[in-house]
This record gives sequence, C-alpha cells and structure tokens, in this order.
Amino acid sequence: MSKLKIILNGIIKENPTFILVLGMCPTLATTTSAMNGMGMGFATMSVLLCSNIVISLLAPLIPNKVRIPCYIVVIAAFVTLVQLLMQAYIPDLYNTLGIFIPLIVVNCIVLGRAEAFANKHGVVDSALDGIGIGLGFTIALTIIGLVRELLGNLSAFDHKLFEGDGMLLFVLAPGAFIVLGYLMVLFNKIRGTK
Amino acid sequence: MQYLIIIISAIFVNNVVLSQFLGICPFFGVSKKISTAFGMSLAIVLVMGLATLVTYLIQYNVLINTWFGEKIDITFMQTIVFILVIAALVQMVEIILKKINPTLYQALGIFLPLITTNCAVLGAALIVVQKQFGFASNPDGMLNLVESVVYSMSLAVGFGIAIILFAGMREQMELNNVPKSLRGTPIAFITAGLLALAFMGFQGIV
Repeated sequence: MSKLKIILNGIIKENPTFILVLGMCPTLATTTSAMNGMGMGFATMSVLLCSNIVISLLAPLIPNKVRIPCYIVVIAAFVTLVQLLMQAYIPDLYNTLGIFIPLIVVNCIVLGRAEAFANKHGVVDSALDGIGIGLGFTIALTIIGLVRELLGNLSAFDHKLFEGDGMLLFVLAPGAFIVLGYLMVLFNKIRGTK
Repeated sequence: MQYLIIIISAIFVNNVVLSQFLGICPFFGVSKKISTAFGMSLAIVLVMGLATLVTYLIQYNVLINTWFGEKIDITFMQTIVFILVIAALVQMVEIILKKINPTLYQALGIFLPLITTNCAVLGAALIVVQKQFGFASNPDGMLNLVESVVYSMSLAVGFGIAIILFAGMREQMELNNVPKSLRGTPIAFITAGLLALAFMGFQGIV
C-alpha cells in the first residue's frame, strides 16, 4: 500500500465516524460548535498518532496474552499528557470539552487502530495511519459541529453569519443524534451513486 | 428524600445516554433485541456500582493522601489508575461470577468484556469525583461515598431504561418499510434523537 493511500484510506474508505461508526460518545457530545469539534478531533488525533508509533515499536516485545492492558496503559499515558498540555495552554477549550478529554482512553478508535493496524505494521506506516484516521475523525467532527452550529446558532466557527435566533434544538442533545443520522444518509447516498 | 432527588436526577434528568452522551457504543450495538438489552443493563448496573465504589476509595485514600506527614495530591494520575482498576475489576467480576453463579454468568458473560471499553463506567467514576452537585451533603458540593455509589448506579439504571425502550422501538422498526439510504444505522440515530427529545421533557423537574 502506498503512503498516500494509507492516509486517504483513513479519511474516506475507513472514515471512523461515517463508515466504521466508532467513537460515538465524543462525536455526539463535543460537536456543539465547529471549533469544539475540531479541538476534540485534534486532541484524539495527537493521542492516536503517538500511541500508534509507540505501540508499533513495542508490539514485538509485548506477550500476546497481555497486549490489551499494555495498549491501554500506553494510550492512557498519552491521554494524560494531552490533558495536561491542554489544561496549560488552551484552558478554555479544556473546560468546554471537560470529561471527554480523559475519556479518549476508552475511545474505540484509538484501541481499535492499535489492535487492527499498529501491531502489524512498521513505525512509518502506523504513524501515517494515525494521521489518516485522525484527520478523518477531525473532519467528520468539524462537519457535524458546523452543521449543528449553523442550524442552532446561525454562526460558523464562532462568527455570526445571520441575524436572529437559530433552532436551539440542534445545539442540544437530540439535535446531535438527528444531525449525525442525516449526515450518514448523505454520506451513504454519495457513496452509493459512485 | 435527598437520595430520591439523586436517583431521579441521575435516571431521568441527566440520563447517561440521551443527555450526557456516555455509553453510546453499547446503546447502538446491543439494542437489537429487548432480551440482550436487558442482560447488558444488568451487567452495567453491577459493574458501575462496583467501579465507582473502588475508584472513589482510591481517589480519596491513595491519590489524595498524607504520607509520612507530607500531603500529596497525584490526581493527574486519575485517568491511568481508574482505567486499569476498572479493567481489572471487570476481569475479576467475570472470574468470580463464573465460579459462584454459572447461570448468571451464562446470561451476562458475553457482555462483561465489552463493558471495559464502555465509557459510561469510566465517565461515571470521573464525574462523581470531579463535578459538584447541588444535592450533595458535603459543604463543598462533592458527593460522599454512599451518594456516589447511589448516583452511579442510578446512572446505570437510566442507561438500562433508555436501552430497553430503544430496543423495543428497534424491534418494531424491523417490520416497517424504511427508505433504502436510511436503513441500518442512520434511522437508529434519528430514532434515538426523538427518544432524547422525549427525555428532554424531564428537564427542570429536579
């Protein structure tokens, strides 16, 4: 598989949100605006990149039976790093995302890529896979956040586009499910006609 | 009375799936049949209660502690410690259950390994030691041990109610003629959205 193909694979063919339907909790909870979605996406992506690199290096050393706990420790260490860095440099975003930063540990995407890709491939390929899947996740979260922000607040990336009030429903919990459902329909439709 | 407020607030007002977005994966994954949804919710109530009990004790006796006359606060280790404790706990529950009650193990067995990666368990453990509540009996708004366990078990019951209702709706949906591009996951999400809308009606009762 060529290097470019690994990255594109994560963005389109194996898009974690629209195709694999993984890591739904942060997807629904943090996409109240495009900025929040993007922040969450990049936080997950940095954890995924680091954990993929380390796990692909450690994979030959780890006994098969205890591999899952080992992966979880590696992932949890990087999550703690990201958590502390965000707390120090972008406290506003850290407070908005709240509990969902530590919950990256149990995000199925990160553990899933460690199990399905990083322990079978080299360091470079694993890093590229981390970037690809991470970008796919970030793009999906940004799109969902953008749609919800646009419908709910009539704004995009915190800039007000139109005067007046939006449909508040889309910023609240039910809107997350409904927007994601219809975006999946759109994604299926586009893929189906190809 | 105070416990009643905790229970109602956790089950309905702050429903773990439909308003806090924790545990979405099992919510969609094992909600195709009411019977499996019921088994999953029982397993979650058990594990979430135990996990909160253990992590609460660790938080206030190990991570924040006085050793040799010196106060230490290593709460930044929370994420790593909690997830390892939960993983070990789930494994232990599985082994013990297999030994003492094989029938229950048969019923819950397949759900237990799945629970480790259920973010509701870690989420609840983190919420009860991080968030401040109006109904807490401590003056600083933090829950005490009994309140924490009651709160997180009520969250788990809320999860159970949501997933069983949802499974009932999905069983009915099997018989309906859904448009082709909506079939499968998309219609499930839209249905969950409508269910969340219904649960929003509980907002403000506590």
